[in-house]
Amino acid sequence: MKLLKVSAIFLALVLVGVVARGQAALTGAGSTWVYPLVAKWAAQYDKDNHVQVNYQSIGSGGGIAQIKAGTVAFGASDMPLKPDDLHAAGLIQFPTAVAGADLVYNLPGVQAGQLILSGPVTADIFLGKIKKWDDPEIAKLNSGLKLPALNITVVHRADGSGTTFTFCDYLSKVSPEWKEKVGANTSVTWPTGVGGKGNEGLASYVQRIPGSIGYVEYAYILETHLAYARMVNSDGKVVSPSLEGFQDAAAHVDFSKAEDFYVILTDHAGANTWPISGCTWQILRKNAPKDTNEAVMKFFDWGFEHGQDMAKSISFGPLPQSTVAAIKAYWKKELGYSI
Amino acid sequence: MSGSDLALPKIQPLSEKPKSAGRSWHLSADFLFHKAAVFAAILVAGALFATVVAIAYDSRVAIHAFGIWKFLKSSDWNPVTQTFGAFPFIISTLISSAIAMLLGVPVSFGVAVFIAEIAPAWIKKPVATAIELLAAIPSIIYGLWGLVVFAPAFATIEPWINDHLGAIPGIGLLFQGPPMGIGMLTAGIVLAIMILPYMSSIMRDVFLVVPSSLRESAYAMGATTWEVAWNIILPYTRSAVVGGIFLGLGRALGETMAVTFVIGNSNTLSASLLMPGATIPSVLANEFTEATTKLYTSSLIYLGLILIAVTLTVRFCAVLLIRRLGRKEGAAA
Repeated sequence: MKLLKVSAIFLALVLVGVVARGQAALTGAGSTWVYPLVAKWAAQYDKDNHVQVNYQSIGSGGGIAQIKAGTVAFGASDMPLKPDDLHAAGLIQFPTAVAGADLVYNLPGVQAGQLILSGPVTADIFLGKIKKWDDPEIAKLNSGLKLPALNITVVHRADGSGTTFTFCDYLSKVSPEWKEKVGANTSVTWPTGVGGKGNEGLASYVQRIPGSIGYVEYAYILETHLAYARMVNSDGKVVSPSLEGFQDAAAHVDFSKAEDFYVILTDHAGANTWPISGCTWQILRKNAPKDTNEAVMKFFDWGFEHGQDMAKSISFGPLPQSTVAAIKAYWKKELGYSI
Repeated sequence: MSGSDLALPKIQPLSEKPKSAGRSWHLSADFLFHKAAVFAAILVAGALFATVVAIAYDSRVAIHAFGIWKFLKSSDWNPVTQTFGAFPFIISTLISSAIAMLLGVPVSFGVAVFIAEIAPAWIKKPVATAIELLAAIPSIIYGLWGLVVFAPAFATIEPWINDHLGAIPGIGLLFQGPPMGIGMLTAGIVLAIMILPYMSSIMRDVFLVVPSSLRESAYAMGATTWEVAWNIILPYTRSAVVGGIFLGLGRALGETMAVTFVIGNSNTLSASLLMPGATIPSVLANEFTEATTKLYTSSLIYLGLILIAVTLTVRFCAVLLIRRLGRKEGAAA
């Protein structure tokens, strides 16, 4: 009997604890790509401000569906919603952090960072028009590099992914043929090649198949030391992927002119700009309770300000100050209140 | 098993039980058990029905947009233009499973015959246990093994396949392609290994219940092990063996993770088995999380509906086949 009492009291305490914590909890869902960043921010935010942020990385599609249904406080998507769709659903969106993708390859005798590629050449490779590594188009960009007469095997992501969207958006901008035949989405109909599941699957194919080329997130290159390519950006400069390069892409966007931040960071101007830069968007409901939206805004504002080093430690580029200012102005304009 | 062979033990009617103080308790317990059993049965049937209805309902947007016939025969799966067709996935699902059956069935039969007929007693148990352990390995492990271990090894054999099988006129087309180690054939082989334990343990179980009088008479007549296996054991257990084979086929059709890892995931259909493809489950696993529009999600669910239809058709064929075989057996006896 005593045991029963004790356990009843214990249970009651646990319930009280859960309810008390539950009062200061935020839920978000969506993009798997931004998950490491939100999770890292959330852990520190809970320590500093005693607000729990639960983020479920169920994928961008799920995130958009959940925020539309109003079951979460914020949704995250790797692909921005078109302003028309956004308005029709009564949503607003803003960017979180910048990152980038790069090409990786398996070429005997060619080291990391040695190969240089341009947008149009990359598009032709992924269209299946350039079939051999010693093709004159590639050789032109890489004088002094001895390219083998290997067949090119294209490796792409098999699963739907924000990386695919960013990469294909870039190819659509630099190649009219890509835009017409393939286009950009989280999954596309690839003209050629094999698909690996996730960054890991893709990387394992590239590591194994001589003559292969694929694209992965920048963070993944740092982890795995795959041979990465340098790219010719829209200013005609040859650049290596770097956080600064991704941030430069964001810095060259005039967000005050871009409606609902509907700007994709690929192929932007700037001498140091990395051409395949990307972004993740957070989506809020306009008609959500003011408290909820404010709590979300506070969390991300805290992240923009205090989470920069955390972001950099996992290869996300913090948003430039000008972009953060634009986001705050956007909140005020769209919701009528800011923090 | 062919249920008709097994006579159910006669249940003692309740009223014949001796009257006692505990009877009313027996009655209510019996009553509850009866209701619980009925409820469980209805729950399962209801869950299946509800699943099919829910999937059909959620695919309504795609059914409305593409119809049935057009969706089935269209090869165009393009999330960018939002046009969707299931043809390549249906064909790849069927082909990869067919390869798995082609390789898996004879091996399962051999293993079962080995355990039931050939192996000395001391080795029977370890071999049987090893095969059952194969069934306990999660499919994702098969996928990883296929990707990391099998595919690289297979890639070194592929040039040989290219040179020898690929050179044969006609069917050579099936065996030409870059030596990547992944593709339809790899998926089929991994599937074959995965379904092997299911088929072989069912076959072994039924082989062991063949009356030893039949077996021993045949041996006494001078039959070889092969003749006993083929002419005595197999005919005696035919319907159960077919049932086991179809159970394996059902698993092969629905297998998701292992196939996704090794099939190469290309939405275009190619003639060669060494080229990448994509099955219905692999496309669902790959694209569902990031499908952002209603039509896209709905088309993926529609694919799921088609997979259910394919699996049910296979089961239906299995039942028909078993019935026909059962009749034949009856006629022969």
